[in-house]
Amino acid sequence: MRKLIKLRVNGQEREIMVEPRQTLLDALRYDLGLTGTKEGCGDGNCGSCTVLLDGQAINSCLVFAIELDGQEVTTIEGLYQGGNLHPLQQAFIDEGAVQCGFCTPGMILAAKALLDSNPYPTEAEVRLAIAGNLCRCTGYDKIVRAILKVTAA
Amino acid sequence: MPEYSVIGKRVNRVDALAKVTGKALYGADIILPNMLYGKVLWSPYAHAKIRILDVSKARALEGVKAVITAADVPGQKKEEEYPNPMTCCLTREKVIFAGQPVAAVAAINPHIAEEALELIEVDYEELTPVIDVLEAMKPDAPLVHLNSYTQNLPTKDAKPSNIFWYMKNSRGDVEAGFREADIVLENTFRTQTVNHGYLEPRAAVVSVDPEGKVTVWSDNQGIFELRELVAEFMNLPLNYVKVIPVEIGGAFGGKSHQVVSPLCALLSQKTGRPVKMVMTREEVFKTQRPVAASVITLKLGVTKDGRLTAASATMVYDYGALYGMGGMDIVPFGSFSGLNPYRIPNLKIECYDVYTHKAPSGPYRAPTAAQAAFAVESQMDLLARALEMDPLEFRLKNAVAEGDTMVTGTPFPKVGFKETIERMRQYLAQRGNLEGENLGRGVACGFWAPASGAAGANINVNADGTVALVVGSVDVSGTRTTLAQMVAEELGIPFENVSVVTGDTETAPFSVLSAGSMITRSLAPPVRQACQDVKDQLSQRAAPQLGVDLKDVEFAHGRVQVKGMPEKYISLADLARGIAHFPGESPITGRGLNKGFQLSPVFVVEVADVEVDKETGKVKVLSYTAAQDVGLAINPTLVEGQMQGAVAQGIGWALSENSIFHRGVMQNATLLDYRMPTAADVPFVDTLLVEVSFDASPFGIRGVGEPPIVPSLATIANAIHSATGVRLQELPMTPEVILNRIKHGASSSRLMP
Repeated sequence: MRKLIKLRVNGQEREIMVEPRQTLLDALRYDLGLTGTKEGCGDGNCGSCTVLLDGQAINSCLVFAIELDGQEVTTIEGLYQGGNLHPLQQAFIDEGAVQCGFCTPGMILAAKALLDSNPYPTEAEVRLAIAGNLCRCTGYDKIVRAILKVTAA
Repeated sequence: MPEYSVIGKRVNRVDALAKVTGKALYGADIILPNMLYGKVLWSPYAHAKIRILDVSKARALEGVKAVITAADVPGQKKEEEYPNPMTCCLTREKVIFAGQPVAAVAAINPHIAEEALELIEVDYEELTPVIDVLEAMKPDAPLVHLNSYTQNLPTKDAKPSNIFWYMKNSRGDVEAGFREADIVLENTFRTQTVNHGYLEPRAAVVSVDPEGKVTVWSDNQGIFELRELVAEFMNLPLNYVKVIPVEIGGAFGGKSHQVVSPLCALLSQKTGRPVKMVMTREEVFKTQRPVAASVITLKLGVTKDGRLTAASATMVYDYGALYGMGGMDIVPFGSFSGLNPYRIPNLKIECYDVYTHKAPSGPYRAPTAAQAAFAVESQMDLLARALEMDPLEFRLKNAVAEGDTMVTGTPFPKVGFKETIERMRQYLAQRGNLEGENLGRGVACGFWAPASGAAGANINVNADGTVALVVGSVDVSGTRTTLAQMVAEELGIPFENVSVVTGDTETAPFSVLSAGSMITRSLAPPVRQACQDVKDQLSQRAAPQLGVDLKDVEFAHGRVQVKGMPEKYISLADLARGIAHFPGESPITGRGLNKGFQLSPVFVVEVADVEVDKETGKVKVLSYTAAQDVGLAINPTLVEGQMQGAVAQGIGWALSENSIFHRGVMQNATLLDYRMPTAADVPFVDTLLVEVSFDASPFGIRGVGEPPIVPSLATIANAIHSATGVRLQELPMTPEVILNRIKHGASSSRLMP
């Protein structure tokens, strides 16, 4: 029942054997070793596993890897390339938007999806865009400020 | 205040880069060769006898490597020794809460482990559970523990009881105090069971080597507490268990206990392979220690000119089926924190901790204090209204200051309560009044006293003059960063030259659990002492080379220099280089050790502006401001982050979060149905840092993380009252409840002459 699929992950072609019930989240974490994507609930309610699928922010726990043959996935590891931080990563550090860090990868990717489609969002638009990404440490204050800082730059 | 160069600065967190790049390793990220996956069979009943427990079919399933029950536990106590923490790990004859572990499985993958659980045959004889805390207090209630007598009574109880802890604080003559009052108000307030809501589910990886030594990677708030638990469970001496810390994805008190690590240890011992367990969110909700619900009846008396004369309170906390690890959270801190902010000459507070057949409660950010403050600060708001007095003016009039007596009878040291109220008043004066339909402003105050405990610190000086600080405290709130700031400050070196590591239980000096807002405070004395030790050793090398006395050198800019002659110096790098030579100079390691010291009183004042939609009952929090006496903020960004996070948790507790039980089983165990605030539910949270130095702590720090949640429940309730005229005395204040009350009115508040 296992099937070979091709994914373009963080700009690289990867081939993996997946079982039908395997989620994209498990494929990333366990087959590709990309443990930066986190599992907080496994049923699409916390956003910790957010990745970009063909540029759209999705919960990787809710899609089966087997359905994604030929598609493009960006994980948090893909934003840090050649020693350069993405502006959102830098803003999260500078604004103190990181506490326990468990929601951080998903939060940054959700924010990236927003800024890619709407480079100058309002505060309300930022809050709505990350409303599917729970954070329990920060009260979202510094996260929203970090995202708005990137839009202002 | 002394001038600092690194203390008080907004340096970036030392762990931030690893976290924004996804490189930080949490428990679930640990993968070992040949690893097995564990799963737990939890009791589906709140109260039942186990008639038959048969694991033979599960053991026979292909891919299953071990199945364990209580019969396999080497260190387990007998059932009659209830309550003991071991009962939380695997139960023997009886289950006393839904979510109690009955058996555990290790298999080659998680799917087979799950299948194996379904093959375990358990015949339960369901017994009547007692779920409601007030029912549980009645003399004829079913007993959660058959041989548990109320502790801390003046005389021993005649028979066993679900009330396992009684506490009384009193002073003066309460009846006389109420007679002296012009207004006396009595109300009952209830808070619900809530959850910590940490984003990272509990996880552990455990490997037992051929010698029988156990190595644990897990997300506990204390590596030494976890070592003790695993050792006790496995019946091993402490040097046979090593706990290696990992990053922790949120804790808030909820990771100060463990189930999965002991079970993994036993499964690994049985199989000779590493075993990993990662809980599902449903398991976290149903089996991990939620937050004690409460029923608090409070009577307050006040004179016409706004002076409190007397208070009496009965506080009941629902602890579920067991109290916590180490017995610390048996103490209902709310019983003395709630009324501590005010000078009340006559008071009587009686407090009861009660067992019910629900998952055992655990500590949550200022445990039991927010519940008490919800009652006290709601009542203070009602009294201010009755007196037609500004709510902050009323509190200021009764606020404690240095020398006043705490509820516990000891005098307050220097506190910044009045300063914090004044700071908030200035802020509100600048901001102006809130005017408009359906809008309301709420104010509340809170008290909490961060603790401190035993801890050590080692500092190793590297051959290039950089240093490494080794501590045993797990970083749950940014303490690696604040401790590194202290080292940089004390040694006069750049912040970047300090690395901080939480060692494992064999390489790091002991540290108290990372809880109680106490790590920065508990580690500050040993870190300072270790720095002094390093400086002494470096001075002895530098002074002869500089041709001066020991007392004439100072540390600044990464150098040892002559006081008054900064051009005469030796760099730390030059002093330390010899360590790496062969034959070399002796290494330089500083050591600091400290036991705990006095509690530091912290006061918080919070204000919320809300809008209540009278058609739907929905509350929108328009703005929120928290003012807190922090003593001194080692890193203001981190302090603000703690305050903002606590406020968001408080808003969730007040408005939407609620564990709903049916026969003791949580019914809404998902993050969809258990509604925590999202970014769209909370506003920016303004923070006002008041710095009234606490002289007993290094740098004057008071501890930060827990206090800001304390006033938040009442702040929101008081704001809703302002907006709607409706007083809510039970949480959560959902749209349904609010709408119902707006339509049907009827406050249960009793105003007495």
